[in-house]
Amino acid sequence: MSNFLTTSIGKKFLMSLSGFFLISFLSVHLTANLFLLAGSDAFNEASHFMGTNPIIQIMQPVLALGFILHIFYASFLTLQNRKARPESYAKVDQKNSSKWESRNMYILGAVVLTFLVIHLINFFWKIKFTGSDLLKEVDVKGVEMENAYSLVTSLFMSGTLGFIYSGIYILGAVALGLHVNHGFWAAFQTLGLSNNIWRKRLEVLGSIFALIIASGFSIIPLYFLIF
Amino acid sequence: MSSKNINITVKVWRQQDAKSKGIFESYPLSNISTDSSFLEMMDVLNEKLVTENQEPIAFDHDCREGICGMCSLFINGHAHGPDSLVTTCQLHMRKFNDGQTITIEPWRSGGFPVIKDLMVDRSAFDKIMQAGGFVSVNTGGVPDANAIPIAQADAEEAMDAAACIGCGACVATCKNSSAMLFVSAKVSQLALLPQGKIEAARRAKNMVAKMDELGFGNCSNTGACEVECPKGISLAHIARLNREFLCAKVKE
Ligand code: HEM
Ligand code: SF4
Ligand code: FES
Repeated sequence: MSNFLTTSIGKKFLMSLSGFFLISFLSVHLTANLFLLAGSDAFNEASHFMGTNPIIQIMQPVLALGFILHIFYASFLTLQNRKARPESYAKVDQKNSSKWESRNMYILGAVVLTFLVIHLINFFWKIKFTGSDLLKEVDVKGVEMENAYSLVTSLFMSGTLGFIYSGIYILGAVALGLHVNHGFWAAFQTLGLSNNIWRKRLEVLGSIFALIIASGFSIIPLYFLIF
Repeated sequence: MSSKNINITVKVWRQQDAKSKGIFESYPLSNISTDSSFLEMMDVLNEKLVTENQEPIAFDHDCREGICGMCSLFINGHAHGPDSLVTTCQLHMRKFNDGQTITIEPWRSGGFPVIKDLMVDRSAFDKIMQAGGFVSVNTGGVPDANAIPIAQADAEEAMDAAACIGCGACVATCKNSSAMLFVSAKVSQLALLPQGKIEAARRAKNMVAKMDELGFGNCSNTGACEVECPKGISLAHIARLNREFLCAKVKE
């Protein structure tokens, strides 16, 4: 096992596992966020649960590690892949031989990462560290908790800035959707868990998942922008 | 299909030798029959260059019937040109239009350095084969037919993998210059059969190690190789290679 991580497939193995882990994180995160559409009490309760549940607390540093691993190996592999073709072609025509998102995973990843930083500054940072007047404790069914609902909704409902943030969040959601549209099946393929029959099924499943991710995360800013 | 003659401009990569810098040269060609093959068109061009006292264009070819894997060429952005499931020698000029400019480049990959013009050194593939693409058998009498029963589905799948002619179009097409389709075909054709199973774990590890060492990139599952491969080698073989390799590493 010693040199496993120096082999191409070994590195890809970590990309795939961390990708799967990030996919499961996205599923949990989207589920929690959709409580926003159910009103202030429902979301504050969901947010309070996420903020106090011990399993979620343990998973937070693991998640950070998952991101770091994924991004580290993504950068390493992408750099190696660029070096593998020292002289590039004058003319390349791949529009019919591979999906656009499969050729631009690193760019999509970078968009997702940029979005992630903005997103963390918007909410996570304020909730964890700096605090905000908007977060003033509210009482939900007799339990005192932070008003995360007001922090989130005010971002999308603050006039012109609300429009800009909504745009950023929708862009982030679409980039994530495209990334996962290729990544979902690819992660199975990397682990060797695909063949000619399962490939079609996994690709359809991946596209459905990607659509849920992209539209699910986009609905939230749209909802507050419109209503 | 009625034949006609077309006038074209061929824009070709010219490079004196491995060390020199190359450039594109454009050559106009008139009266090319659409019934001629792409390599026949190249022959006509070379003959013209020779009569004009210019150096002919070096390009690889051998059988000219799509079975040896010697021909190459990256034509208008596609390995083996715009047609699907054919090698360059089986490509015809009817796939091109009158007045068209055809850009011809060598396979480009760190693993396939240019020797001259459009010829590249594909001995990296031989080195990968030497690392494990074989079955070690004891010599002796010819074994009886059907002495080793093999399931029909496995035999078919192994034969599909064995269709790989080692042309390198997969590497040339791949945005990462990855040789995974080639290596997976070679691993599959043996791993699926009882004769090849014995060495399967060692084979997968050694061939992948050699592939990595020779400067090919890492597969990112874009699937372009499968589309451009003249023999239709499937990505399912890459999944099998991944499986073989990961299992071999676990057993270590
Ligand atoms: C929540 C966020 C993310 C999810 C769910 C995710 C998911 C995935 C999945 C499932 C794969 C397929 C792995 C495989 O081919 O085996 C993948 C590949 C990839 N990801 Fe991500 N990813 C995320 C964020 C990022 C970020 C922030 C970056 C980088 C800067 C990134 C860069 C890449 C690259 C370059 C690949 C292709 C690597 C390769 O196949 O060689 N991803 N991602
Ligand atoms: S897998 Fe296809 S493209 Fe690659 S070397 Fe074999 S025949 Fe050529
Ligand atoms: S020359 Fe033999 S395959 Fe084209």
